[in-house]
Amino acid sequence: MKIVVCVKQVPATTAEKRYTADLRLDRAASESVINPLDEYAIEQALRLQEAGAVETVVYLSMGPESAAEALRRALAMGGEEAYQVTDDALAGADQWATARVLAAALGKLAPDVALMGMSSDDARGSLVPGAVAAIRGLPLLSYAAELMLTGSTARIRRLTASGFDVLEAPLPVVASVTDQVGEPRYASLKGIMAARRKSLETWNLADLGLSAHDVHGAALTRVVEVRPPETKAPTERVENLGPAEAASRIADWLAARKLI
Amino acid sequence: MSHRTTREHDELRVIVRELATERIAPRAAEIDAASEFPWDLKELLAGQDLLGTCFEERHGGTALDNVAQAILVEEIARADATTSLIPIVQKLGALPILIAGSDEQKARYFPRLASGEWLIAFALTEAGAGSDVAAMRMRARRDGDDYLLIGSKRFITHGSIANLLTVFALTDPEAGGRKGMSAFIVETDTPGFSSPRLEHKMGIRGSPTAELNFDDVRVPAANRLGEEGDGFKIAMATLDRSRLSVAAQAIGIAQGALDFAVGYAADRRQFGERVADMQGIQFMLADMASQTEAARQLTYAAAASVDVDDPDLAYWTSCAKLIAGDTAMRVTTDAVQVLGGYGYVSEYPVERMMRDAKITQLYEGTQQIQRMIVARQILKRAGVSRAAKP
Repeated sequence: MKIVVCVKQVPATTAEKRYTADLRLDRAASESVINPLDEYAIEQALRLQEAGAVETVVYLSMGPESAAEALRRALAMGGEEAYQVTDDALAGADQWATARVLAAALGKLAPDVALMGMSSDDARGSLVPGAVAAIRGLPLLSYAAELMLTGSTARIRRLTASGFDVLEAPLPVVASVTDQVGEPRYASLKGIMAARRKSLETWNLADLGLSAHDVHGAALTRVVEVRPPETKAPTERVENLGPAEAASRIADWLAARKLI
Repeated sequence: MSHRTTREHDELRVIVRELATERIAPRAAEIDAASEFPWDLKELLAGQDLLGTCFEERHGGTALDNVAQAILVEEIARADATTSLIPIVQKLGALPILIAGSDEQKARYFPRLASGEWLIAFALTEAGAGSDVAAMRMRARRDGDDYLLIGSKRFITHGSIANLLTVFALTDPEAGGRKGMSAFIVETDTPGFSSPRLEHKMGIRGSPTAELNFDDVRVPAANRLGEEGDGFKIAMATLDRSRLSVAAQAIGIAQGALDFAVGYAADRRQFGERVADMQGIQFMLADMASQTEAARQLTYAAAASVDVDDPDLAYWTSCAKLIAGDTAMRVTTDAVQVLGGYGYVSEYPVERMMRDAKITQLYEGTQQIQRMIVARQILKRAGVSRAAKP
């Protein structure tokens, strides 16, 4: 049984984001991390491996050369090997283009489960898992709070307003997980040292049998504007008051807005 | 002596900083207030393989170089000085064995220390033998294939919680401390050993500082380190290397205080402007930053000297500990000043950092002892021999 976890490198949530003239994220300008939601997918894959349900955990990332750092961090958490798809023609790829590239790479890697975070922390489109499943013609088990593998099927629990839905599909599948699968582990020092010796292979578009037209040329969306959120009314601070007076001041403020 | 941090060093710093920021910093205030050893954080560090960095891979360690070990201590101390003592003392206690232990002794004890299953402490200081190590009173009397240890130790960091100790005692009282001292590995579940009392301290309050009693504690001769009479030499060689960890701890404390002061100054408004926009505050922050950086670079140079076993390493580690300890005290004091009244109250972490910083000027050789070592080395280089004491 083999799981390929798709990992995206994104700017740290706390980092100030800058954009290039053609409104693409300037990745060199801000600190980058593994997409925090993908860390849950990594954690889920490693837990299945530790439980003996999976033999091999492989990572796949599409991104600029620097995305190799995210793959090294993933390898430090566990798993066997990693593949990076990088190509100048991929700059500006939208979610559809990303899905086409990942689908092509997954075609080569042929996993039983292609596992992803439910969304990326930067663009938050949440379309890639579904698009990859559609392109590959595979079942999609999305928003899993837990993934279970039983021989020839994958089963997930998905949180709903009233409990859990349980869904099942025959392997191979594409699945996405939420933050309910369990807290991602920290990479141990031995894990970090071992990761330096693990295989990280790089592919370009030609290696996947794709052309620039298949991806950037075929982008279905275009960013037309980027702007920071509008500034709201200034923060009101309640300071230097006794607890009772401070509480009553806050209660008045909320009541004036009909919030309580 | 010079050094350059590598990609691996930078990677280690990123990882430890993340762990320390998310898991250690939020515990620091309660560890200080409760004066309780953070067993949870010991488990956390052990689980991340961070207590075995000074041990070889064949003993379950990760054999990091001394610059990397300094970075590890620094990043933990940036969040909490007490917790940084866990790797510091694990190395301090093990150094006598690393320096003088046999292969058999290393194989017997190192795997449990590298995994963090066992803690170790370094038992040298006595009530009447602090800086003057040679004034030691504790005895080790030969009894067949064993030694019987009798006496007491004071100010032993982690002494009450350690599973293992490296203990220094006189095997030949006639020969005096310098020639008649020997070193032993002692398991703390041996009958006759007890830890009757802990100190109440100004800082590093979660780290137990214990008084230890040895009432005819029977130790096999196979647990002696080196030969009889090697003890003083082993103790000095240990301290020459271990004070590097104290320098790293001091830099971490200073950096933590500086980072907090910068964040506060950027937020705090007085007289209609941000405190950070006032030149008086900017100059303080610049002094704090440049002094911390100077201490850091000197400490890495000292670490590189230990890596190559430089004959002058005692000079380097003493210079580093002297500068780093004084820097930590000055920078944390200034951090309290930047915060004003808020700096003096326990709602903010800088008063704790200031109390924690003081110990780095005291333990593993006071700043005065460091000056003696540095002076001795430069006079030796100049061909000035030591004056004989009357």
